[in-house]
Amino acid sequence: MEKWANSFYGFRRENGRVGVRNHVVILPVDDISNAAAEMVGHNIKGTLAIPHSYGRLQFGADLDLFFSTIIGTGRNPNVAAVIVIGIEPGWTKRVVDGIAATGKPVTGFSIEGRGDIATVAEASRKAQEYVQWATELQREQCSLSDLWISVKCGESDTTSGLGSNPTVGNLMDKLDPLGVHLCFGETSELTGAEQVCATRAANDEAKTKFLKTWNDYNDFILENKTNDLSESQPTKGNIAGGLTTIEEKAFGNLQKIGHETNFIDVLEPAEEPTKGPGLYFMDTSSAAAECVTLQAAAGFTVHLFPTGQGNVIGNPIEPVIKLSANPKTAATMGEHIDLDVSGILKRELNLDQAGDELINITVRTANGRHTCAESLGHREFVMTKLFRSA
Amino acid sequence: MTTHFIAHETIDTVGVVVVEKVLAGQEISGWIMETDETVSIKALAEVPLGHKLALTDIKTEDTIVKYGNDIGRAVEDIPKGGYVHVQNVKTKRW
Repeated sequence: MEKWANSFYGFRRENGRVGVRNHVVILPVDDISNAAAEMVGHNIKGTLAIPHSYGRLQFGADLDLFFSTIIGTGRNPNVAAVIVIGIEPGWTKRVVDGIAATGKPVTGFSIEGRGDIATVAEASRKAQEYVQWATELQREQCSLSDLWISVKCGESDTTSGLGSNPTVGNLMDKLDPLGVHLCFGETSELTGAEQVCATRAANDEAKTKFLKTWNDYNDFILENKTNDLSESQPTKGNIAGGLTTIEEKAFGNLQKIGHETNFIDVLEPAEEPTKGPGLYFMDTSSAAAECVTLQAAAGFTVHLFPTGQGNVIGNPIEPVIKLSANPKTAATMGEHIDLDVSGILKRELNLDQAGDELINITVRTANGRHTCAESLGHREFVMTKLFRSA
Repeated sequence: MTTHFIAHETIDTVGVVVVEKVLAGQEISGWIMETDETVSIKALAEVPLGHKLALTDIKTEDTIVKYGNDIGRAVEDIPKGGYVHVQNVKTKRW
């Protein structure tokens, strides 16, 4: 018998990409359209409103990142159809057009000139039509190469570097040769291990891009820091879990990319990869919800999240699978942990076995099994803001 | 036999406790992952799960080695078997 399934059942979208979820999303363009979006979400069962805090008076690179995040969220193949609601028609249309390029159903509504109630009534009728259409879509058998998997760890401790992160690395070394798209990020959290990470670039261009990205982020931290960042990076939770310095945390973090997998390109935050299958590094914050939101906006459909002390994060559209090698966390926070790999610390489970178990739970999740975070309603959607609005 | 702590590589100067805790004065055994060898030391302090102890005598300003790499510097002398954490090790970066 094969150690893991070589296919999964997903929703093939209009542009050929495959989703593992089938959400009908109600997407506000801006903070003041959250109320209308949430009303539509309440009116029509089976929709998912994704409220957020931004979208007004942003400019320059910060505005560009806002649009790539919001449009990327709608474009993600885990989303079947989208209702976009904004205060005015201009930026609403810009978001609709960005999502429509995938070929999926999307309609925009704007509030100015008619108010929330009329907008909500009209948007609700369209949302009902979308839900009834989407709920008739069928999953079909897909190759593992149709999976796009992102990774990011959180509330890490020393057990992350010993067990859960190397388990993710083992999965990467097994799935990279099969043509899966993979993504890691957390620019600041590679500090101390950045030179070792740079040696994992598949080509000189990726290496140069990575080191420039890391240097820029490090310069930003050096300019703004008021102390040695103790309790911010590493976090208070990291320190309670035994991690002492950013360097120690960084080497533990890097275990997630395994031993043989090299990254082929460096992505801007929320940028969709275009160089085909393989591992990508994305420039992201190391804050869990910000990082996963950016990876989901880039089109990744399943997320692997190793935790030590027990980060409880989820995402509205990308299922977040949590694993832990900390026996205390697995015992006291079991409802958050999809895969317990604490056997590694007791030498009852080796990395090869743990990696196989992680592939299995990943395929089962892709097939439709709800993660712990989904069942508990964790839908953290946090946009990365680069600077103050105008 | 119980593995009380794990070290990644032979050149590492710290190991991570993987049992609930080790006690001061306890003879403990550890696993070096790189070479699959077992080593024994005496713990000099109580160290909880996930926290580190020194595998060698460490002097002030010595580099702390874990994963075979530099993870910071000692700001005081730490004896072999002593507790290694934020009270005696700092980052070389920020």
